[in-house]
Parts: sequence; structure tokens; C-alpha cells
Amino acid sequence: MFSARDRNAFSKKSNIPQVEKYSNLKYSHRLNFYDRPPIDDITIEDFETCALDRLRVLAEIESSFVRNRSWEELKSVALTQSEKYLPVHASTAIAVDRDAERKKDHVGHFVLRLAFCRSEELRRRFVKSEMALFRIRWDTDDRVEREEFLNSRDFDWIPVSESEIKEHAEELTAAAGGLKDFKIENEKFYKVKWTRVPDLVERRRVFLKGGMAYVPAREQSSLVFQEFQSNLEKALELTAKALPRLDEDTRIVPILDNLSQGFLAGVSSEWSTASSSESTGKITAEMIDDMARKHFPMCMRHLHECLRRDRHLKHHGRLQYGLFLKVLGLSIEEAITFWRRSFSQIQDDKFNKEYRYNIRHSYGLEGKRANYAAKSCVQILTGETPGPGDSHGCPYRHFSQENLSSALLATYSSQGLTQADLPEILHAVKSQHYHVACTRVFEITHARDGVYKGEGVGGGESVTHPNQYAARSRELEKARLETMKAESDGDIVMS
Amino acid sequence: MLAFYRRLYPFKSVFHWLNHGHTPTRLFTHRELAFTLKGDVYLRYNSFNTAEEMKKQVCTLNPTRFEIGPVYSARPRDKKTVRPAAFKPTLRELVFDIDMTDYDSIRTCCSDAAICSRCWTFIAIAVRVLDKALRSQFGYKHLLWVYSGRRGIHLWISDKEVMELTDDQRKAIVGWLTVIAGGKEMNKKVNVRLGSKPLPPSVQMALEPLAEAFTELILEDQDCFASKEGWETLLRLIPDKCESVTASLRRTWGKDPDRSSLEKWDDLKREVKGMEKGTFQRALMMATIEDIILQYTYPRLDAEVSKHRNHLLKAPFCIHPKTGRVCVPVDPNDIDRFDPEKVPTVTQLLGELDRAGEDVKPDEHHSDWEKTSLKPYIEMLDRHAAGLMEEVRQNIRNGTGMSVLRFQLSIDVTNALFELQI
Repeated sequence: MFSARDRNAFSKKSNIPQVEKYSNLKYSHRLNFYDRPPIDDITIEDFETCALDRLRVLAEIESSFVRNRSWEELKSVALTQSEKYLPVHASTAIAVDRDAERKKDHVGHFVLRLAFCRSEELRRRFVKSEMALFRIRWDTDDRVEREEFLNSRDFDWIPVSESEIKEHAEELTAAAGGLKDFKIENEKFYKVKWTRVPDLVERRRVFLKGGMAYVPAREQSSLVFQEFQSNLEKALELTAKALPRLDEDTRIVPILDNLSQGFLAGVSSEWSTASSSESTGKITAEMIDDMARKHFPMCMRHLHECLRRDRHLKHHGRLQYGLFLKVLGLSIEEAITFWRRSFSQIQDDKFNKEYRYNIRHSYGLEGKRANYAAKSCVQILTGETPGPGDSHGCPYRHFSQENLSSALLATYSSQGLTQADLPEILHAVKSQHYHVACTRVFEITHARDGVYKGEGVGGGESVTHPNQYAARSRELEKARLETMKAESDGDIVMS
Repeated sequence: MLAFYRRLYPFKSVFHWLNHGHTPTRLFTHRELAFTLKGDVYLRYNSFNTAEEMKKQVCTLNPTRFEIGPVYSARPRDKKTVRPAAFKPTLRELVFDIDMTDYDSIRTCCSDAAICSRCWTFIAIAVRVLDKALRSQFGYKHLLWVYSGRRGIHLWISDKEVMELTDDQRKAIVGWLTVIAGGKEMNKKVNVRLGSKPLPPSVQMALEPLAEAFTELILEDQDCFASKEGWETLLRLIPDKCESVTASLRRTWGKDPDRSSLEKWDDLKREVKGMEKGTFQRALMMATIEDIILQYTYPRLDAEVSKHRNHLLKAPFCIHPKTGRVCVPVDPNDIDRFDPEKVPTVTQLLGELDRAGEDVKPDEHHSDWEKTSLKPYIEMLDRHAAGLMEEVRQNIRNGTGMSVLRFQLSIDVTNALFELQI
């Protein structure tokens, strides 16, 4: 936060008594940047338990990401889990053995680094969860202790001089637009290379000049998190390079293998990974029109109609719709038939050259042969924002209100959606609960199958994946047809 | 086409520009080049040790065009023999692509693939805004603008810091520069502020020149609000909270639909001036007017091109297959006078060459381009590359270059180790 010299001058004045107060602790701060590995001897059992307990917390955090919990929910879940397995108390909690807690935290982190440095995928997930854990602790940390922690490190931030603040006062105020009771006179600013705060730059929350970002002091948490992340990423890559030399210790490798497996399995399986074979019955290209009308959520209906109208879809639209159809159960042959017929204005030659490969690729038959999952609601909502001329995305989010209303009425009025239902749906959209709006539409359009308000796609669950929407809709229809069949069979017997 | 590659294509200049120096480094030898051959055959992961080797291969394959990709951690042509983990994009120019199709909803003179000097003004405005933003806000110096051959323009930034940006950081720059968002179904595409709060400084800076351009281009030249469809689009941009404005304007314009765009814009401004000072609605409308100007003039970027290091982009001086025009560099300070229809085509150049050949006896092939109208463009690239090479020299002299060399050395050793393991 300050350059080294500033900090010394500062700490001489006010911080001395506090420093003495905790000087008996080996780990003087609750927060830890994990710069130095632990150097004490530890038993192999401790080695494993420290890591396992930490893993329990991280796995819970990761599954919260997957389940699209809000930050507040995630925080409370993670805190309960930490309380159970990995408590780290503030320095003021004199009754507990703070050093032991902090050591466990320290050791666990480094063991997991060893376990998760091996592949790009594991590293990415580990960093994401660790970041969240650090952020939770940062949020819950005592303000004074947090300040001390910041002072204990040199972050290499250049304070902006008074005269410079005055010179750019207008721009700085405008950039800080969103902050509460912001007064330029009371703010401190720090200059850092913009590449260190890409998240603030992306949201235009800072003032940029000559490649330097002027960050208001209260956004410093963003700087700290960024620093934590980049440090950890670098360290993991270094660890990965050094790991082969460690393979000699036969006791440790099995533990590490076990840990990284646990992380992978500990995460609740996503809906999208469910195999396409689950859907019963073969689906053919001819059936899509009918199915779209009966079972598809708004996003897919919209794509389908755009495809029929323009006889074309842009890249992201093809991707979103194509993968959805794949998971729905459309085989590769049928998919090619479907797209070939849909792009009716395109010459065979061009289709074969430009589109066939992409379709086969999405089925894992070309290129790196990956079995791509269909996009979930989270991916659709947070993925590429549709540009001009695009038709992918989530209608609830990416349509303007009027267009959404008319689109909903045009699409679903035959299935029982009326003008009177719109305010409720639009209200959910306005408060940015897009999945709630989508779930409500599902309930309304499936009322004749006995779906009541609040039931969602079964058991009160809300829509989190377009395929889940379609699958549930088909299930309901099947059940209805079966009862009808049973009834008509009964009639025959009676007559 | 073959004659063009053999006699005119400036391989040496392109090499200097990509390589930042005279002796081949990884910036060139580990660089991916992708060729598109006749019949849309696509050859990826080519790489060359020298400019001569590249020229030889280009002349053998005679591609319709070729694209430049990132610098990888191993030679792209060895891709099949190295471990996937040891083959990663590392360095790459930051590239931007502006395409006229993104302006289809607002331009009235042409549509789709067509372009005329009138709609080029959209591109010219975009170039001015982006060039200024990247130079003053991000402090970048080595910007090369290249005409894409038909209806767009590309930008290549080669500063050392830029080459090293990660995908996340590239995404952040794109976010910083993107103001127009939202698909076909979204009316209001500019949402960069909260309520009627002031614009972020970067956008505010761009607003002034854009406001001028708005009057000239949108109101006078393109006359965007002349048709009913045009002015209804405009009215939809006015927030619901100011319905009275919308209603009153719709009445006026409905009665007198022949009013020019300029007059209609004045009507709108007059409505706002008539509103009571200090009210929330008035502030909102002032902000809306700024947003409308932005929506019609702010650069529309093709974001996907810039976000990832491994995106391929057509090389400068290629021929656009449809128009036959050469993708020539453009001077951003002179962008207003650039006319895409005056860019030399490949037939024209070969004609010039033939005529020049009649006068003088053919000497060295390398200087053939000096006899054609391609000359000023190649010299522009040479000057750009010279600036880059000068900076590299400076850095080495100041000692920072040594660390780069050491870094490269350590990568070399690591890669060698990886290869040994296989």
C-alpha cells in the first residue's frame, strides 16, 4: 500500500504497541500470501490431514461456483465448512492456539499446491477456489488486522501526489462514479501498471494514463486479490516444473494422486455432462420443429425461429443451438441433415466446406476430439454478449423488455401464457433473476401437465440448463400420454 | 498471383516487422502462419526459419491468402512431435478488427459487403478514437493499421509489453474499449454509466470528436432519421421515464415526416432545453443524448479477434480474394483522405510492372515493387519496423535486453528437457 520508506515512517508513529502485542505469535497475521513454504518437520499423517481438511473447504467452494450460488451464499457455506475443518481465528482470539491453526492452514495450502500443480485444468480450478477462500477471509478479517497485514508486505504501489490528483480530479471522480460517498479530497490514489488490475480496467473503474492505472485506495482489495492470484499462478507453474524431482519419495506420490482425484470427484456433476444416451427414443431431424414448439426454452425457441426465418445462424448461435440438440439426442447424421436443410440458401459445396467440419467437431469427431457439453444457463448468461446481428444468448437477459414481452406472447400464448402473466416475469427479469423468469414460464406453459407455481422443473428446482428444461418438458408429456393411453385402454375393456 | 508473390510481396519488410530485428529470433521462427489454398484448403501450423524460406514456400503453394498467428513455445511445424503441454501460444501482437457489417444497422448508403467512401467515414472515426485511446491511455507506441482489402480495417500493436499480455488482460482492454453491446433485439446498446452519472473518463474523452462527426456523418450525410424506421429507432432510445418527450416528438414528426435528420435532432434538443432545469428527467435526457451520439458513432469492435492470443489474422499485403485489392497499411493521421477504392489491385500492379519492364531492363527482382504504386505502402511498413527494431536495440543497450535473452535461454533449456523426456 505504501512504498517501504513511507511505511516505516508510518509504523514508527502509531503501530508499535500493536506489533508488540502479537509478537509472541509465529504467524503474526491471519491472512497469508503463502510466500514461503513451511520448513518444519511434519509427520506423514499431518501431511495428509492438513491437506484433506483444506480440500473439504475448497471442494465446497468449487461446488458452490458450479451451482451458481450467490457470493453471499457461497461465503456462508464456506465459512461453516471452514469452522468445521479449517478454523483460522483472528489474532485477538486469545483462547485458541492461533499458531497451530495458522500452521495447519499454511501446510495444507502447500501440500495442495503439490497435488494440483500437475495440469493446467487442476491449476486453474485450484487458483479459483483458493482466491475465493482468500477473499472470504479478507472480507471477514478485522479492519485493523487487515491494515497490518497490508503493511507487512511491499506491494510496489506508487502513491499519487496531491498535485497530480488535482490535475486529474474530474477524470478520477468520473471513473469512481459507482463508489459510495466518494469525495476526491478524502481519497488516496495509487498508481500501478494497468496489467495488474485487468478486472478494474475491464469494468472501466479506474483512470488510465500512459499505461498506468490510478486506483482509489478503497479498490485496493482488487489489487491485493490480483496480486494473490498472479503470485499463486506463478508459484504453481514453478512447482509443476520442480515436481518430477520429488517423485522419488514413494510415500508422498500416492497421497498427492489421491488428493487430486478427490478434488475432481468432490464436485457435483454438472447437468451438461449427463450423456445424451439418457434421453429415450431416437430423435430425427424432422422432429425438431414439433419438439421446439412443445419443449424448448425461450433461448432455443428464439434460435430455432431465427434459423427458420434467416435460413442461417451466426457462429455462437450455431454453437449454442447445435450442442443443445446434440445433448437432446440428435445423432451426428441427423444433425448434419438438420443443418443442411436449415441452411437452405447455401450451396452444397459451401456447406460441406464451412459447416460440416464444425458440426462434426462439436460431436467430437474432428480436431481435438473433445466431447463438448451443451452450454448451461450460467455459460449462456455470462458468455459472449451477442453483438449486432447475433441471435444467441438468453432472451431474458439480452432482449429489451418490449421485445421480450412480445416474443414471449408470440411464442408461448398457444401453451397458456397470457398478458396477465407478463408483469411477474418482467419483474424477475428486472431484478436480474433470469432463471427465475425462465422457470416461471416453464410453470405457466406446463400448467396443464399439473405443474403448479413454485414447483419449477420438479421439486422446486429452477432452470439451470436448457437441456434440463427440455428433458423435464418431454418427461411430463410422456407421463401425460401414458395416462391417456391407460385411460383409453380402459375404455376399450369396458365396451 | 504467383507473379505477385515472386516479384512484389515484401517478405523482407514483413519479416522485420514480425521479428523486431535482423537476425531471426523466436518471434519469427516459432510463429504460426496459416495458408489458405485454392478450393478453401486450409494449412495450419507452418513456420519458417528465415524470410527466404517463407518466400520459397509461399511461391510453391501459391495461397490465395495467408494469416499470422502467435509465437508458440515450440516451432509450430513441430507441433505433432512435441507434447501438447509444451506447445502453448506465448507472445502475440494485440490485434483489433473493425468490420463494416457491424455498422449495417445504422448506415444507410450501402449494406453487407458493399462499401463506399461515405461509409468509410465510420471506419475513419473509429480509427481516430482507438488510435488516440491506445496511445494516450495505455501508452502504446507501435500501432500498425492495415486496410483489410474490402470493408474493414485491422490494427496490430507490437510493443514489447503488448506482446506479453495474457488472454485475460487482452479481454480487459477489449472491455475497456467496448461501449456498444447487445444483440439485434436490444434497442439501447450503450450502457456504460449508472443512471445520469457522468461518463467514464475514457468515453468522455472520445465524446467530443464523436459529437462533431455525429452532425456531419449521421445527421447530414447518412441522414439516419429520415425514414420512419430511422426515427422510430431513435425514439426507442429515449428512456421510459421521459415518455412526454417521445410522445411530443412522435406527434411533430408524424405530421411532418419530411423533416431532415438535422431538424429532427434539433427538435429533440429543443425538447430537452425546454425541460425544467435541475430536474431528474432533464439530467437523464442530457445523458441520453450523449448515449445516442455514442451509439451511432463509437467504434464497433469485433471483440473475439482481440481476446485470444491464438487468433489468426490476415497478413498485411495479402490480396483480398473478392476485390483483388492489396491489404495495405494506412496512416492513422491521414485516415480521412484514405479512399478504399483507390487502393492498388493485383492486376493493376502487375500491369504497372509490365509497363515499367518495357522502359528499363529488368534488374534485381527485390526492388520490383519500387516501380509500382505499392512503393509508398511498403515504405510505410519499413518505417514502422525500423521504429520497432530501434527500440529493441535501445533496450539491449540499456541492459533490459539481456534479461530477455536469459529468459529465452531458460525456455530453450526447458523445452530441450521436455523433448528429451519424450
